[in-house]
Amino acid sequence: MSANHLAQLLEAALFSASHPLTLNELRGLEPDVSPADVRKALEALREHYETDEHAFELVELAQGYQLLTRREHAEALTEARIAHRPRKLSAASLETLAIIAYREPVGRAEIEEIRGVAADGVLKHLQDRDLIDVAGRGEGLGRPLLYRTTDTFLAMMGLNELSELPRLDQLAVALRPLAEELPETEGEGEAVPAEEQPEDS
Amino acid sequence: MTSSDILSFDDRPFVVQLDAFSGPLDLLLHLIREQEIDIADIPIATIAEQFLAAIEKLGINQAADYLEMAARLLRIKIRLLLPQPLDDDEWEDPRAELVRRLLEYEQTREVADLLSSRATARAERFPRGWIPDPPQPLPPEIIIDLEGVVGAVERVIDAMQQPIIHRVVPRPLDIEGATKRIRELLAGRSRLDFQEIVGERPHVSLVISVLIALLELARLGEALLVQAKPFEEFTIVGESPSAAA
Repeated sequence: MSANHLAQLLEAALFSASHPLTLNELRGLEPDVSPADVRKALEALREHYETDEHAFELVELAQGYQLLTRREHAEALTEARIAHRPRKLSAASLETLAIIAYREPVGRAEIEEIRGVAADGVLKHLQDRDLIDVAGRGEGLGRPLLYRTTDTFLAMMGLNELSELPRLDQLAVALRPLAEELPETEGEGEAVPAEEQPEDS
Repeated sequence: MTSSDILSFDDRPFVVQLDAFSGPLDLLLHLIREQEIDIADIPIATIAEQFLAAIEKLGINQAADYLEMAARLLRIKIRLLLPQPLDDDEWEDPRAELVRRLLEYEQTREVADLLSSRATARAERFPRGWIPDPPQPLPPEIIIDLEGVVGAVERVIDAMQQPIIHRVVPRPLDIEGATKRIRELLAGRSRLDFQEIVGERPHVSLVISVLIALLELARLGEALLVQAKPFEEFTIVGESPSAAA
């Protein structure tokens, strides 16, 4: 089987899907194909769209691959009412997602403590939109539900994985006055997983 | 959100005001930033007063979250008024907890802004299959003026002034006659078509009479009505009246 044939199959799959396709899903297109072959063919497709100046590109999202139009066409598409930008999330939703993305799995109490506001409504809303789900139950009193972000969240943020977000200590507001509370990190390039962030509650 | 105009709104619905700030910490940060106060050295007495004034002005004094923060501020203010032990190393600034929360919240806001800009960037790249059905065009706008309405009402009233008289005619249905005819036909043969009973170009009253007679005969068990499919021609099959009895 030629590499060109595989690239065509991949292109057909990506064209017909409206959500990111994982490497495993894509491997199902051809029985004897290795993940490395798929990656190579995807890379070839990406380059092809790039060099041939296609209006869309191959993007890695939520651990999958998807064809998306290039950003520079957004305005023309929306002005002509051929496309609509999805509705923006509220400040409350974004703050809640920010907390969950960096601390997951995290319970309602901690979210409310950080935001200073009751979180029930926002959590329900985010669950309805499939941006968060329940990761399990905590050990504390009443075994509270713990939340985590979903692949839909990653896709919505254009992220492949959570670790692409900047580390907390790389933010402008990096809790510097409390720097001594931050755990020692080994090596510069190493990302600090959410669980290792200081427990502030 | 950072506009100080928000504080000048009055008599607005409670929920709308809550939308202006995403919570008490947001409001507090707004006050602190607006006055360029060092977050680590907050003049609690002033800020507490401004906070209370703001929530009163905002009409959100029903909101438990804001009241809780107001209570915290007042508590910190009181603790600051208490004499501070001179040689106590354990003494902690009562504001420390608030400062920590404010910084933590500020950090959350920064991440939220980051997510917001990422989501915006992503939202400007459209995937396959997202294009919704074209919206239904709105029906053309109806232009109504008072004259038109009054004219229409007058026309209706005019029409009503003519008393409507229905001529009531006795229904020339002859069910007995039809029943008799069907019985005679069935005596001669076992299967009949509806058409055969009513004949060519029957009067509507005959059709109705025959239909009612057939239904009655079917009820009595003297005839069986067989139809292969709805709305198709049906066949009348004669049944012995004694069998039904």
